[in-house]
Amino acid sequence: MPQLRQKILVLYLHTPALDSNVVAWSMYDGTGDTTPTTGDSDKPPYNTVVEAMQHGWRVVQFPQQFPAYPGMEYSTSYLRFEYILEKMEEIDG
Amino acid sequence: MVDKKYLLDSKQMAHFVADGYLRFDELVPTELNEAVHAEMEDHGIGRGTAGVPLSAIWPQSSPIGSVFRLPEVQGIIHSLVGPDPLYDHHAVHTVNAGRDIGQHWHADAIIDTRMHFDIQFFYFAHDTPREMGGTMILPGSHYRRVCESDIARYHNFLEQLPIVCKAGTIFVVHHGIWHCAQPNQTDRMRYMFKLRLNPTVRQMCLWNTDDLDDPAIPGILNANHKWYGNDVRLEIVNRIKFWRFLVGDDKFDVGYWMGRLENLPENVLEAA
Repeated sequence: MPQLRQKILVLYLHTPALDSNVVAWSMYDGTGDTTPTTGDSDKPPYNTVVEAMQHGWRVVQFPQQFPAYPGMEYSTSYLRFEYILEKMEEIDG
Repeated sequence: MVDKKYLLDSKQMAHFVADGYLRFDELVPTELNEAVHAEMEDHGIGRGTAGVPLSAIWPQSSPIGSVFRLPEVQGIIHSLVGPDPLYDHHAVHTVNAGRDIGQHWHADAIIDTRMHFDIQFFYFAHDTPREMGGTMILPGSHYRRVCESDIARYHNFLEQLPIVCKAGTIFVVHHGIWHCAQPNQTDRMRYMFKLRLNPTVRQMCLWNTDDLDDPAIPGILNANHKWYGNDVRLEIVNRIKFWRFLVGDDKFDVGYWMGRLENLPENVLEAA
């Protein structure tokens, strides 16, 4: 029975459209094979979420969209268009 | 009094407004860098009390005090937070040799909604090649309202900037800028001296304003950072508001962004 572990890819997009460009990204590796960290790449692994899907990543969370709170219409904070993707990979043992 | 020739100019201030940082490569002389490096290795830099004037923190004989008394550094300080600012805190940041994990992205302190701002110096007393780190900053992140390490999930951004520099380089950043220490793949300890300062005067036209009407300034304030994505126009509004605060002109605009929003006619036409 193969043992599966989850890899998480977080892609932050230019707009909510899944085919818009990635502007920021993170990887978390549940297989333990790699230890991604801050500043470890200057180029995103995929240009869009759709491109990641074409390479086998499953989208597991979409960002919700809310109207701005009154008085906060022009405030900026966290990156708003955050997509979380997963891929299950076999591990040894 | 700081000689005018050491003050920042308006275009530099516009870059600070747009990017949240300014860099000054190899500003500090070699002998002073070596003295500060030794002082940091010996844990010899005394900690001051928050809220005390910077001028009272380190004696004249102290190497780190000498760095911040350099006329060029005094000019930067005066331009951004005025004469005789307050010492907030300092830290000798280190990354051990061979450390392969970067620090989480963070902003220093909690959500800060002031238009008034503190500055932080990042001073690199020794050469800092990419394999040594240094500190990574995210240009243009300083207006984002976040609480310290709430941004720790992010790993990479388009246009993130690792501070790779020669000894004696100083960065000065807005207190809100996002940053993180980077891995150190060398066999030497990496040092960075950080100092935070608070203003004691209204931060308005403290720099050399001879070029205040330079036609390049709107373009500097209008520049994009790719990681903004669809938020770029909101960030330009943030910059316009900040520039208005800095120059004391509540009508200043770039590209009609604020003029359009502030157009609220109240005159009523009589019915025909």
